[in-house]
Amino acid sequence: MKYRPPTGRKVINGVVSLGASISAVTGLVFLVWITWEVLYRGLTALNWDFFTHLPTPPGVPGGGMANALVGTLVLTGAATVASVPLGLLAGIYLAEFAEDSRLGDLSRFSANVLMGLPSIIVGVFAYSLVVLPLGNFCGYAGVVALAVIMLPVITRTTEDMLRLVPNTLREAALALGAPRWRVTLAVVFRAAKSGLLTGVLLAVARVSGETAPLLFTALNSPYWFHSLADPTPNLTVTIFHYAMSPYPDWQSKAWGASFLITFGVLWITIATRVMLRERKG
Amino acid sequence: MEMAQKFPEIRPAPEEDLPVSARLLASFGLKSKVATRHLNFYYGDTQALFDNNLDIAEHRVTAIIGPSGCGKSTHLRVYNRIYELYRDQRAEGEVLLDGVNILDPGFDLMELRRRVGMIFQKPTPFPMSVFENVAYGLRMHYRLSKSEIADRVEEALKKAALWEEVKDFLKKPGTSLSGGQQQRLCIARSIVVEPEVLLMDEPCSAIDPIGTAKIEALINELKANYTIVIVTHNMQQAARVSDFTAFFFQGRIIEFDTTQKIFTNPAHKQTEAYITGRFG
Repeated sequence: MKYRPPTGRKVINGVVSLGASISAVTGLVFLVWITWEVLYRGLTALNWDFFTHLPTPPGVPGGGMANALVGTLVLTGAATVASVPLGLLAGIYLAEFAEDSRLGDLSRFSANVLMGLPSIIVGVFAYSLVVLPLGNFCGYAGVVALAVIMLPVITRTTEDMLRLVPNTLREAALALGAPRWRVTLAVVFRAAKSGLLTGVLLAVARVSGETAPLLFTALNSPYWFHSLADPTPNLTVTIFHYAMSPYPDWQSKAWGASFLITFGVLWITIATRVMLRERKG
Repeated sequence: MEMAQKFPEIRPAPEEDLPVSARLLASFGLKSKVATRHLNFYYGDTQALFDNNLDIAEHRVTAIIGPSGCGKSTHLRVYNRIYELYRDQRAEGEVLLDGVNILDPGFDLMELRRRVGMIFQKPTPFPMSVFENVAYGLRMHYRLSKSEIADRVEEALKKAALWEEVKDFLKKPGTSLSGGQQQRLCIARSIVVEPEVLLMDEPCSAIDPIGTAKIEALINELKANYTIVIVTHNMQQAARVSDFTAFFFQGRIIEFDTTQKIFTNPAHKQTEAYITGRFG
């Protein structure tokens, strides 16, 4: 047998390792760059007025985005309230009751498709569903659009998390004489608790940065949030308008709002990570 | 089978047609608490049990032994119909609990499972506190005041020989106990609803020797009040804890007799080969 020196393999190993490291660093550089830029420019734009005052017309100094902040919270909150029960129930159905039913396969497939749907299309959908019949842009339409985006995320994570619960636990509860719904609610749900919460939080994180579906629906407003039946102020569309404007003051405010959203989402993501880790431990 | 269910009076049951197990129990004057008659079981298209006829003596421990894949657990899992969780599994024949066929679709599942408790191979504490684990089934089946629940939980934990070890940790999660403690917690959880039959599916295979010894001692005490069926891989365990033993092989019941007879003078070659460790 002819001896094959390892030199060649060592060189290939070195090249591949180097390539992998460079790729990783490249990805990180952009992430850090964006985060730094948002942090630096956003923080300088933030002050007390930002959180408490209405926007001012261009040229008038001061003012804030309190209305958009409230509006975004209301929109996201309402969408969460609307989509969480539906998503959880659908997830339960898929994981616990629809093992090999056609309706189950169909729902799972459509949830997957819905997850990959560009959000602007969901916006147009909500526009034709709510805005056209009502005749004006309104918060309800925004809530519908956001809820439609959240629904498949919650459904699929719920299903996946419930499937992780071992069948032995279901058997044990059934063997005590528990009906199926009690097994699901009291035992399976409890075992999957942190996973389910993670799914909800991920869905919230997913929609809190959405702009496109709100453009056609909730639109925006420079006034205080009044009712979901009117155009509703929100951070993302405000960023869109302000960042495109020629006024340095508005551009700076757009950075401030970007900072809030970026770190809000970052915080939610970290929170879910921590929860999942605790679940393992 | 359909006919037999509709017209039970024409089912032939003369004395000489009774299975060996029934005649054996009768010779000891023991009541047959659970009786399987012509039980066949299928996983999809694969038949796993073939014409099983077995009688489980009341207030005695019956061990089911046999090599892996011989159908021991499958047989046990018919007694509380837990196999019904899986769509492709089905049973044919009769399983009589006090003479009533529990495989009848009209038989109330929740009532069946209150009367027939089950302990699994791996301890399965629910994701809740030690106390709530035991109280769970109790609250489901009985309407009791808080203090009554506390009393019953304590009593069950004492019966399961766990009270002394957990009385100060009742609020801790059930999963924080050791493996052996978890298994005794599961036993407490099962006996608190006062079942008549306890099914144990290799209850000690995931437990260390000390925990195993405690559970075996517990089985000995429990048989005064409960009818126990235990599936085990461990033949010494079968010999230690059981009064009767059934030997399964390839889905059939090869031999059923008193444990003493099976382990000292088995009638079948296959039984002898298995218990002497020549196969399986």
